Formats: sequence, C-alpha cells, structure tokens
Amino acid sequence: MDFRTVNTTCSYCGCGCGILLEVLDEEVIGSLPVKTHPVSEGSLCIKGWNIHEFIGSDQRLKRPLLRKNGELQPVSWEEAMTAAAAGLKNVVEKYGPDAVAVLASAKVTNEENYLIQKFTRAAIGTNNVDHCARL
Amino acid sequence: MTNSVPELADAKVIFIIGSNTTENHPIAAKWIMRAREKGAKIIVADPRWIQMSDLAEIAVQQRLGSDVALINGLMHIILKEGWQDQAYIDARCENFEALKAKVEEYPPDKVAQITGIPAETLRQMAEIYAKNKPASIVYCMGITQHTTGVDNVKSLANLAMITGNVGVASGGVNPLRGQNNVQGACDMGGLPNVFTGYQPVADEAANKKFSEAWGKPLPNKPGLTILEMFNGIDEGKIKALYVVGENPMVTDPDLHHVEAALSKLECFIVQDVFLTQTAKLAHIVLPGTSFAEKDGTFSNTERRVLPVRQAIKPVGESRPDWQITADLSTRVGYPMQYDSPEEIFEEIKKLTPSYAGMSYKRLEEKGLQWPCPTADHPGTVFLHKDRFSRGQGMLHAIDYKPPAEEPDADYPMFLTTGRAFVHYHSGTMTRVSPTLHREMETGYVEISPTDARNLGIKNGERIKVSSRRGEIQIKAKISRKVNRGVVFIPFHFAEAAANMLTNPAYDPTAKIPEYKACAVKVEKLAA
Repeated sequence: MDFRTVNTTCSYCGCGCGILLEVLDEEVIGSLPVKTHPVSEGSLCIKGWNIHEFIGSDQRLKRPLLRKNGELQPVSWEEAMTAAAAGLKNVVEKYGPDAVAVLASAKVTNEENYLIQKFTRAAIGTNNVDHCARL
Repeated sequence: MTNSVPELADAKVIFIIGSNTTENHPIAAKWIMRAREKGAKIIVADPRWIQMSDLAEIAVQQRLGSDVALINGLMHIILKEGWQDQAYIDARCENFEALKAKVEEYPPDKVAQITGIPAETLRQMAEIYAKNKPASIVYCMGITQHTTGVDNVKSLANLAMITGNVGVASGGVNPLRGQNNVQGACDMGGLPNVFTGYQPVADEAANKKFSEAWGKPLPNKPGLTILEMFNGIDEGKIKALYVVGENPMVTDPDLHHVEAALSKLECFIVQDVFLTQTAKLAHIVLPGTSFAEKDGTFSNTERRVLPVRQAIKPVGESRPDWQITADLSTRVGYPMQYDSPEEIFEEIKKLTPSYAGMSYKRLEEKGLQWPCPTADHPGTVFLHKDRFSRGQGMLHAIDYKPPAEEPDADYPMFLTTGRAFVHYHSGTMTRVSPTLHREMETGYVEISPTDARNLGIKNGERIKVSSRRGEIQIKAKISRKVNRGVVFIPFHFAEAAANMLTNPAYDPTAKIPEYKACAVKVEKLAA
C-alpha cells in the first residue's frame, strides 16, 4: 500500500486555494485543505473538498477518438494525431492560416496556454486564439 | 485584482457589485467576513437578493443593466457633498472636469428612476463608501457580462479613483476571476491581440522579439475573439477549429447558432478530459489530463502564480495537454521539443517581464504575485502604488446605455444567468461528482412569488421559458431572491441550457456577450 499527499492548487474558481490530494495506490481518494496557503488558510469550499471525485470519474476520456462513418470511434494516438495534423495542414494550404481558429483554456496550466498560443502563432501563422475569459 | 484577497480583511468598507461571492468565490468571501467581524461595512448591489445581501449594511437590487447609472449617481452625490479625495484627484488623475460634468447629469431622482433604488438609499450608499477608507470594490461577471461591460468597469474605476482608493492597501477595484487559470490564460497570451504579459502582437518591437525567439516571422494583425470565431465559422471564413479544455456548446450564448456553425467545419479537434457536448460534435477527440496528472502553474485572481503538482499518472491513455500540443505542432511542421513544464516556464520567463523573476523553486512555498521582474523581487501585493501603470489615472466620462434587449410585449420578463454554489461552469467536472450531483441534480428557473402566482405556476412545476433565440423546459423555483419581472437560470445544465435563450449581443470593446440581461417569456406547459 502506497499512501501520499500531494500539495497542489485547486482547479475550480480563481481563488487558487491550496489542496492536499490524498493518493492511495495511484488513485486520488480525498482532498484536504492547506493550512499554510496564503489565500485559503486551511479552508476549502464544497467543490474543493470533493475535487478528487471528478479526477477518478469513470466518464473520463481514456483514448483518442476519430469520427469514422459519422461515429466517434476509439483509435491509437498515432492515427488521431496524424488525422489532426493532416486536417489542419489541409485547411492552411487550401484557405490560408487565418482560416484556422484555436481556443486556449482557462482550465489548463500556464505552460500549456503558452504552447497553445505559440502553436497558433508560429506553427499555424494566425492570431486567431482566444479562450473563455469573456464567458 | 488590483489588490490581494487577504487584504480584503483590512478594508473599512467593501462594495460588492455583480458578484455572488459566498456561492461562487466562497474562500474570497471568507476574507470579507473577517473584515465584517472587525467592523467593516458591506454594501451590496445585485439584481438578486444574494446571501451577502443579508449580511450587508445596505443591499440594493438594481434594475438589470443599470450599473453605469447607479455608479454615476453615487459619484454625483459624492461630488455634490464634497466627499471626494481632491488631493488624490489633483495629484494622480486626469480628465476630472469631464467626469464631473458628466455625473452632473445623474442627479438622485433620475438615477432612482433608472435603477429602481430610492434616492435616499443612494445617498446612504455614497456616504458609507466615500467616508470609510480604505474602500474595496469587489465585482464579478455581473458587471462585465453586459454590452456595457467595459463602461461598467471603467465606472467602478472612476468611483475608486475619485475617493483615493486605488494604489492603497485594502482598497482597489477587484474582479474575482471565475476560472482557476483564466488570469494565466490571459497572461500567457491566450488572446487574439497580445503575446505573453500583454505585449501587443501589432507592436513592432514585441512582434520582432517573439519572431526572433520563436524563429519565425509572426502575424501582426490581431486575430478573432471567441464570438467572432463562431460568426467566422458560420460565414465560411474559419474552416478549422482546435479547442482545448472548453465547452462552448454549453457556455456560449445562443447555442442553436453555435451548433449550426460547428457543423460547417472541415476540421474540428477537441482536447478535453471528458466527452463534452462540444467534443461529441468533433471530428477528432484528444484525451488530455486533469490538473492532478501533470506539473505546471496556475495564476489566481490576485495575480499569484501557484504550483500545480502531479499526483498520479495520466488516466488510461490520456496525455498532459502540453505534450499533445507540442506533438501536434511538430507534426504540422513546427517542431516543439520540451522535456518538462519547467523547461517551458523558463522560456516564458525570458519573454515575459512580469514573470521574469519567478522560478519553480521560488514558487514552491506560496507562489509569487506579478509583476515580479527580477530574481530578488518579492512580487507585487497591490498595483498602482504611487503611480498608475500608465502614469496618471484616467477618469472616463461615461453615459448610461440600456441593455441591448429589454422586456417588451412579446418577451415581457428579464432573464439573468449565473452559477450555483455546488456546480461549476458547464458542469463537466461537478456533475460527475456524486457528492455535488446529490446537492443539485438539474437546472431550475428562479421566479418571484408574485410572477408565479400571476402565471399560475407552482413550485417545482416544469415550465417553458423562451426568448427570440430558443426555448427550454425547466423546473420552476419560486424564490424571493429575484424581483418581480426578473427570472434567473444557472447555466451549468445542458438539458435546461440557459444559453439557448441568452443574447449574443456583445460589448463593442471587450466582445463579451450580454449573459446578464435578455428578454424572455415564461409560460405554463400546455396541459
């Protein structure tokens, strides 16, 4: 039995509360508040206390999907990524880079958002990148 | 936020407007409670009677979309009574005479008519706000999600500046950001007009800097905002869409239009942790990981960059989103090779002055608040101390404009939307959580007892709500939180989607849609 707690940051609202994720044998089984955190100081809201429940949800996407004959079907990463790259390249070649739009995310990390906008601007060649800040 | 969350505890007055703080930012609300325990006065202006209204010195329910009139009215009274901080205005602000002339046009009687708030109450609000320092303003999407969103925010900034409350501890103008990393997504240039740290793509020097760093000439024409993208797809100008961790099929206004647009795409890629309503329409779905399965950083509402640490291995075959984007980039011919999120963060630092002094090592304990320009800089607790970022504080003379759509004979009631305490945004994370689902299983429409009685609607009855965009069936919840003539629907629930009804009209500058006010009709279902 391997039990650990991991000190991290809640992924719900913008307060950025500290959360200790309780990990038992590679499964997140509980969430605890962090006493020393500058904003949350040992508190969590009902969403934070239960955040482990969505992490382990059986509804999580576990494999890439590709639409074949109108249906989304599980495929390998190689097949999905090949299709994604071909789809984007095809649109850029046919219509130019400004025919591509990208939505970054208020849910993913800074590092990931940085790569998404770098991808949009440098790899595709357009500034059509936005996210849900307005929504 | 200009200031920090813990500073709220030392404010002498906190003016909460358009923020249902206890439900949507409970931990920020905790600091407001601490201030109240120490004797701070709370003022609440919200079209709904929220929990904070019960705890306030004064709470008002302004007519939907009348915020500019309300704030101009408060400034009118403050200037008439001489309660402003004239020394601060003279030393640090510009354009005061224009503002003064404009708010002269908003005497209490006129403002009472527009907002529905009695003139005497306006006077009490103005007096409490102006005479207790420091005064903090806390706002949220109730201010921004209007066709006058930018005007609303500027008006709050006016109010804070003329009373000398910007650039001081426990004062300021403080938006509570609704998503864990919406601040970071903006800071990182996930916007059509700026690179990281708000460096404009159209600025020659900034564009050159990024073009050189990334080894490729970069476009300098600002791109499309989210609503312009969907219009662009509809018009056939946008042919490919790559969506990471967003669910526009629940969160965007006028969902019929969004769905019709998405069906026209030639290439539609969605990367998410769940098969969302949006992902179900995609051609290719890529499984990303949750925050528990990767390292990185989030930036919270007070500009604090905080560590995110991997707790478990990615679920199933899912991959951290940074790896997926890097792989996709390499495959379209622009190779990206990173061994870790920390390596990406080091690149961000080099290009972003406000993050330049940070490192994973320094963020370990309590994070750091930007701007943090050098490795020995302690971070910035509140902004605009001694001088504004732009030099002098600009006061704006702003006129009240009504919402884009108001109740009329066909659609006689106002609809406003928002979140409920137990759920989060499009519900993909909270609705799969058994504990949270038990608290609130589906959507509802809050309707006042008077309106319910007049329409013959009972509590819990399924009813029809329609607008010019669409109609939904939804459970009625008779509630004194809403005034007569106003209904409220939380937008988390795809099966009773508030955004089938909302108006996609948007603010001309911020391009934010008017989720907080549109006209609807409420009816009993045919027997």
